Amino acid sequence: MADLSINFAGIRSPNPFWLASAPPSNSGAQVHRAFETGWGGAVWKTIGAPVLNVSNRYGAWHYGNQKMLAINNVELISDRPIEINLREIAEVKRAWPDRALIVSAMVESKPEAWHDIIRRIQDTGADGIELNYGCPHGMSERGMGSAVGQVPEYCEQITRWVMEVAKIPVIVKLTPNISDIVMPARAAVAAGASALSLINTINSIIGVDLETMEITPNIGGRGGHGGYAGPAVKPIALNMLAALGRDSVVAGSKLAISGMGGISTWRDAAEFLLLGANSLQVCTAVMHYGFRIIEDLCDGLSNWMDEKGFASVAEVTGRSLHRVSDFKDFDLSFKAVARIDQEKCIRCDLCYVACNDTAHQCIDLFDKDGKVVPPGAYDQSSNGRLEAVLTRPKVVVREEDCVGCRLCFNVCPVENCIQMVELPPDRPPVTWDELSRKQREVTEDWKQMEKYREKMGIHIH
Amino acid sequence: MFTLEDQLTDAPIPPVAVSALQELLPPLSEHEAAVESARCLMCYDAPCTHACPTHIDIPKFIKKISTGNLLGSARTILESNLLGATCARVCPVQELCEGACVLGSEHKPISIGRLQRYTMDHLYGRKTDVFRAGKPTGKKVAVVGSGPAGLSCAGELAKLGHAVTLFERRSLAGGLSTYGIIVLREPVEVALAEVAMVQRLGAWLETGKDVGIDPPMGDLQKNYDAVFLSIGLGSTPELSIPGEEFILDGLQYIEGSKHQASQLRVGRNVIVIGAGNTAIDCATIARRLGAERVTMVYRRSEQEMTAYAHEYDFVKREGVHVWFLAQPVKVHHENGVVRGLECVRVSLGEPDASGRPSPKPIPGSSVLLPADQIVKAIGQNKPTLAMRLGLKTEKGFIQVNEEFETSAPGIFAGGDCIRARGAASTVMAVQDGKLAARSIHQRLVQHG
Repeated sequence: MADLSINFAGIRSPNPFWLASAPPSNSGAQVHRAFETGWGGAVWKTIGAPVLNVSNRYGAWHYGNQKMLAINNVELISDRPIEINLREIAEVKRAWPDRALIVSAMVESKPEAWHDIIRRIQDTGADGIELNYGCPHGMSERGMGSAVGQVPEYCEQITRWVMEVAKIPVIVKLTPNISDIVMPARAAVAAGASALSLINTINSIIGVDLETMEITPNIGGRGGHGGYAGPAVKPIALNMLAALGRDSVVAGSKLAISGMGGISTWRDAAEFLLLGANSLQVCTAVMHYGFRIIEDLCDGLSNWMDEKGFASVAEVTGRSLHRVSDFKDFDLSFKAVARIDQEKCIRCDLCYVACNDTAHQCIDLFDKDGKVVPPGAYDQSSNGRLEAVLTRPKVVVREEDCVGCRLCFNVCPVENCIQMVELPPDRPPVTWDELSRKQREVTEDWKQMEKYREKMGIHIH
Repeated sequence: MFTLEDQLTDAPIPPVAVSALQELLPPLSEHEAAVESARCLMCYDAPCTHACPTHIDIPKFIKKISTGNLLGSARTILESNLLGATCARVCPVQELCEGACVLGSEHKPISIGRLQRYTMDHLYGRKTDVFRAGKPTGKKVAVVGSGPAGLSCAGELAKLGHAVTLFERRSLAGGLSTYGIIVLREPVEVALAEVAMVQRLGAWLETGKDVGIDPPMGDLQKNYDAVFLSIGLGSTPELSIPGEEFILDGLQYIEGSKHQASQLRVGRNVIVIGAGNTAIDCATIARRLGAERVTMVYRRSEQEMTAYAHEYDFVKREGVHVWFLAQPVKVHHENGVVRGLECVRVSLGEPDASGRPSPKPIPGSSVLLPADQIVKAIGQNKPTLAMRLGLKTEKGFIQVNEEFETSAPGIFAGGDCIRARGAASTVMAVQDGKLAARSIHQRLVQHG
């Protein structure tokens, strides 16, 4: 069986799954219960400056029958007295020596304030500290959270203050509300941080109530941007994680990275590992289903690792990073076309309308005599189950015109019904980068491009 | 041999709660409708729409439920089918839209009928109309018979601005929806709400008018620019067996259960002759209103029965027994009090005119089935008005061309009275009415 334990910048954890700094890790009782359920670690909900919270602090984005595709919150850092938090942190750490207990902190941007909070956290016996530079709402208005994370210089300065007194590993948590995630990460590296974590929540407004025209959720007639998290943000998080892994400065620093942003299942977890995460943090999925989800997170990941022959989490980390490329390095000769499995096809025609209206018009409807027919070609006087089912046209890709855009594959509701089939390339491999170096004129002038296409037999209808 | 135990007693049947006849399926809750509508894949050129005889754009109306646009959903339904509330309840959806649902092959098809009912209930509950009468054309159309075909035709013509008079023989409009569909499937109020909607569109309703007698057909032809006959079918055919006068008529039995349920006399041991959908409804009513034993008697086998498979399954679950291959020969009674039905067992022979194997009595197989009430539901006679008007017929049904025009110019027809081919159904009647209205409109507009 695969070994799920990790050593993250010196912080040991029996599995890579930690509760993210958020409502699930708000109190000793909760973290205690999470550890009983099997969580490898927890990042305590941010402690620091005094705050007051409001009602209706969580909004959510639902889609179809899926509840909470994302959550959005305007909850601030811990509103429990700091002494109580520190006492409970110490108690939990004493009770769970084998688990990772990290404390998230955020105070005013003054060296004394940071020195003080770091020392007090270290006194609890906690394993590490996470610097919250990401909270995009409320705290940022007071010059904390993402107000720090969005300015690499602030990020570096405060991290330096922290490192002056830190005796335990320090993780810098990055905000995604920035044009290039690499910049604050480099700042953290420069300041000597022990590790990085990402992503914090994304600025968002969940919606507007069409009955009252108030902002959702409504806070006394007002509402505003909150932090967006959950399954919907996962692709954004993966991209930012990969961006760090591909940056020579950040990757060269070899700092451990704790990945988070929409991790709900072991599959998500494995993807974060493959793109460079050393540990994984989870919040929204726990807020949706409770601590119990840890069982399948570990079980599923372990089974997958066994199947793939990975003995440890460290072996998985970063395994797919080398495949992340820029467009300019893609092989322009790579060729795939869509193929529909007629046995599996349920004839919903969603691929047909998607291709016909919005892609490349290369799916045809064939009647039972093999003739191409337009949609709705049936006799208006015909009706009934058998008539409708038996005369329904077949949906077939016209492969010679298919550009392999993959839209039909994405809209098909049936598992493995549409396959993207890789075909032998029609021409030698070439990337845009090579083309612009060897035949610059082709990449700059449409006339030359047309000549090139003609020569290479590239026909776009 | 049959071995039915005689369970006859003279003790009165205890009163049965009216709730026994309540609509079988509860309405979908808002939550159920949201979940179910979100499950719809939104097929393009959807097979459910093809399967629907009125071709309602089903994914469109379901999507509108999902987005909370119920008024738009109702309009989508009514654009294709003015009797959306009735059809949502009485359509054999397993054979039509839901039977064609792409999710049906491996999963559960979308509950299209119940979603349609959800939208229609919302509309009628809001007392809103989605259509108004069209700009008056000055043309007058007489619609004879206010069942589904007549209402559909009248409503569509009124939408186009024609002055429609709707003649109805009975005291209430709605035809079979009002009188012939058991409450378990469609409450009377639903049918009457649709009648009222067509009236609000501007159709003028004349009840208690037996066209052909009062007013005479000649008057209609003289006073109207076009006539649409949607007169349905006639009475139940004769079995021509001794004691038949003591057998109750199935449609009247159902009518009693709809309009005077408390006064309907239901036996303890009821025999229903026939195995079509009306027979099933009669058997259901009898069971629900307190009959201890209900037996359907049919002279062919299960393969030939005309009831939908899902209806047959339903009635079996209601505790109704079906005796196949038994042909009634005589009603046994004492001074008019029914005591039983004598039947002979039959074997199936060569196909008859209907294309189904003909029953051949087995000599000496006669048996007496005890019963204190016998109901027959063996189809309906062909419309007699056609004969009286001298219209051409096909297998006894009124013959119409592709434009729903009869052999008499200017007289159109639709619904059960023209159903020479295929099974009669409400939704087919609605479609006839809609298409006939288009033909009539074309005719009236073209000829100025």
